[in-house]
Amino acid sequence: MPIDKRSGSPAEAVADVPDGATVFISGFGGAGFPNVLIRALRDHGPRNLTLVVNSATHRYSYTHELIEAGLVRKVICTAARGQSKEPSPFERLWVDGKIELECVPQGTFVERIRAGGAGIPAFYTPVGFGTELTRGKEVRSFDGRECVLEQAIKGDLALVRADEADRYGNLAFRYAQMNFGPVMATAAGLAVAEVRAVLDEPMPHSRVQLPGVYVDRIVEAAA
Amino acid sequence: MTMQPLNRLQTAWRAAQDISDGMLVNLGLGMPVHVADYLCPEVDVFIQSENGIIGAGPLAPMDRIDTDLVDAGSRRITLRPGASIVDSSWSFAMIRGGHIDVTILGAFEVAANGDLANWDMRLPNKGPLVGGAMDLAACARSVWVIMEHVTRKGAPRLLEACTLPLTAVRCVTRVYTDLAVVDVTSAGFVVREMLDGISEAGLRERTGARLTFAVSCKPLRAPPIELPD
Repeated sequence: MPIDKRSGSPAEAVADVPDGATVFISGFGGAGFPNVLIRALRDHGPRNLTLVVNSATHRYSYTHELIEAGLVRKVICTAARGQSKEPSPFERLWVDGKIELECVPQGTFVERIRAGGAGIPAFYTPVGFGTELTRGKEVRSFDGRECVLEQAIKGDLALVRADEADRYGNLAFRYAQMNFGPVMATAAGLAVAEVRAVLDEPMPHSRVQLPGVYVDRIVEAAA
Repeated sequence: MTMQPLNRLQTAWRAAQDISDGMLVNLGLGMPVHVADYLCPEVDVFIQSENGIIGAGPLAPMDRIDTDLVDAGSRRITLRPGASIVDSSWSFAMIRGGHIDVTILGAFEVAANGDLANWDMRLPNKGPLVGGAMDLAACARSVWVIMEHVTRKGAPRLLEACTLPLTAVRCVTRVYTDLAVVDVTSAGFVVREMLDGISEAGLRERTGARLTFAVSCKPLRAPPIELPD
């Protein structure tokens, strides 16, 4: 059967996401947030999710809607501080002890995801040594430098925003839209991409930034 | 002579004078991003942003804003000629791999052994935000800090030991403040430049650790730069 990863709708693309899933969400600083898929997931409503997302509170991301809807048990992120003095939806739940937080240095965050998709169960890194974010982690010295052992992160679902896709799931990104998208797709059991445009023809190989073999479903979503 | 501390932009200007031609530079949020505005004209550098941009240019003018082209501070920027963009995994491999010549970071506190505290002020009811600070502090080839010499309440920020949560241990090599340029050496803080109108005793009073004054200690000077309203 010819490969065709185009999904009928955002709702259809996330309809089988179960309770308790670990969900990667791409995006940084306003670029690459899969906001159409985030809303579709919220409407589908699986509970007890673990979100793996750079920011729990970014003002241009709809991540907070999953949190406000009470669907999230835990967030693994690098940034959990809201912009305003008023606590964000995440901060309110976190202060009340109703949501778990794991704050990770950004390079370690993305490398743990990369490792998850690359068959590396754990790795040593000098980042975070001597800080409270690595407290209790195994430490070992390499070439006279103290390093901490960090474990890979694998997920059930990745929601990724890209610019263009073809029916094979090949993705191309605009500017800084790429950020966490490619590694998140590699580490997830099911990778769903929303894109500005689905091409009628196969994407020229030199433009492919994430091979379609890592992408399971694609949805066209204008903005 | 009355003491006229440098303002934030003048401090950024002073740090910019130490950026050498050809460096790959990462600038932290806040005061450090202004360093890019004061580089010497003959200096050609690439500015790396942790979200994968190699060759960040100035802020985008209103009519050329693109929400997909942002820097680590979510600011809408442009690209310089020769720029490229990679994903976050590659960006942090670049940072951890020692390919960043210098990162200039803001800070709350710096200790005499080079320990840096710049990520968590322990604000009540506010979540933590570490971003790429720990990666940059631990792995850039040089880590410079720009900060005010004392807190708003007048407490020193240069200390024997940090009191706030650490970002990385023994990483800072140089600190630019509104009063002085201070190197972090194996013998502790060494003052390289000091503002006109402040005495050695005056600087010691504003510092929470032992200071050594370099034999070649020079006046700290910057051209007048007005702060925006």
